[in-house]
Amino acid sequence: MADHYYNAEDLGKFGNIGEYQKEMADKFFSYYGEVFKDGALTAKEKSLIALAVAHAVQCPYCIDAYSSDAYEKGFSEAQMMEAVHVASAIKGGAVLVHGVQMMNKVKEISM
Amino acid sequence: MIKSLKVLQNPLANSSYQLDILEHNPTHKHASFKEKVAGIGMLPLLAVGVEIFQVNMGKMCNQVCKHCHVDAGPDRKEVMTRDTMQLCLNVLANSPIKIVDLTGGAPELNPDFRWFVEQIKALGKHIIVRCNLTIILANKRFHDLPEFFKLHRIEVVSSLPSFTQDRTDKQRGDGVFEDSIKALQMLNAVGYGIADTGLTLNLVYNPAGAFLPPSQDALEKEYRFELMKKYNISFNKLFAITNMPISRYLDYLLTTGNYDKYMEKLIGAFNPAAVKNVMCRNTISVGWDGYLYDCDFNQMLDLKVTPATSQHLADFDLSALQNREIILKQHCYGCTAGAGSSCGGAVAD
Ligand code: SF4
Ligand code: SF4
Repeated sequence: MADHYYNAEDLGKFGNIGEYQKEMADKFFSYYGEVFKDGALTAKEKSLIALAVAHAVQCPYCIDAYSSDAYEKGFSEAQMMEAVHVASAIKGGAVLVHGVQMMNKVKEISM
Repeated sequence: MIKSLKVLQNPLANSSYQLDILEHNPTHKHASFKEKVAGIGMLPLLAVGVEIFQVNMGKMCNQVCKHCHVDAGPDRKEVMTRDTMQLCLNVLANSPIKIVDLTGGAPELNPDFRWFVEQIKALGKHIIVRCNLTIILANKRFHDLPEFFKLHRIEVVSSLPSFTQDRTDKQRGDGVFEDSIKALQMLNAVGYGIADTGLTLNLVYNPAGAFLPPSQDALEKEYRFELMKKYNISFNKLFAITNMPISRYLDYLLTTGNYDKYMEKLIGAFNPAAVKNVMCRNTISVGWDGYLYDCDFNQMLDLKVTPATSQHLADFDLSALQNREIILKQHCYGCTAGAGSSCGGAVAD
């Protein structure tokens, strides 16, 4: 075990997860491949969504993979940063909107 | 002005130094391309004929693109002489080869370019010119190139690595995008890239960075839409080409610390189906000094064709060349990654 939790080389080993449970891994990767194909959304559009979600879930592997993928597919630096802002706004908004719950509770118990 | 590796006396200007990095350098050790090809039962890789006669008319160019595998630029003086062109014409007159592909540098900068085109045309051959677009704007004497191309029904193939300015200029130099757009509009104005004119204008995409090209079809759609919407430009096809890890692109990869990762990307994307269609199998590449190579990349690495009796135009022997063994080195991974790559774009069916 390395003395840190994340290691860039581990991204390349993602495919190895099938060593411990092949059937589920095969199903996952085939599903994953299907999801990212051109469909009602283009593969390029999906790449930008993936980049935003990668930031929202704060997965360094996904950020690595989809920063490259989105840039390779032709998104500009500004477009990619705006996608990250979308993730940030939704995440920030999600925290803040819970403030309403907090207010509800306080109003319930206060005089 | 950015200079060529040669004028900068960069060791990478030396083909044996490049080969040393690609083939033997222990810190950059990668799976052997030849072994990969052997693994799919295709070694030795043989030519299947000579259908395309690609002539590199010289290393002189008005641009100094960062990825250039020719190390071309305004400071390069090597250009093909009329005597060497005459040797090309002798070969073409006596062979069934139908397609002549003119490249460089900027082939139009060769003082005998127009003469050569007229002579080839007189032999009834189809001509492709790899035009970098900006040459048309570079000097008044080139402004009529679109008309000249049209007169000889030349197929024009031109690089435009992006439909946005920043990526194009990052790779090809400041102001290149703007001039390229103007040149494309001039080509369109005489009928190039316009439906039913029979005047073909194909574009070439290659990545502006250390990555592989995305899907050629998706890119083509996007280019078509964006270039029409913003600049009213149309074209025939878009070819997506992979950057070869040689010359200035190799220099870029090494100086930015991307070399090993890029090679791993190429190797990881090795596509056995692309091997049978690599362009060297039906092409012969002629250097500015008349020597013969499997392709423009092998030419820049100074790897002459295998038949020892037919390494120069003066000794051109079609029977020896048409089924020659191709010289394969590590850079060949650039032709077989993903959908494959050639002067005509993706190659895997
Ligand atoms: S890539 Fe083409 S246009 Fe650019 S420097 Fe090389 S020969 Fe000239
Ligand atoms: S680099 Fe040249 S010799 Fe190698 S596979 Fe490509 S076209 Fe053929």
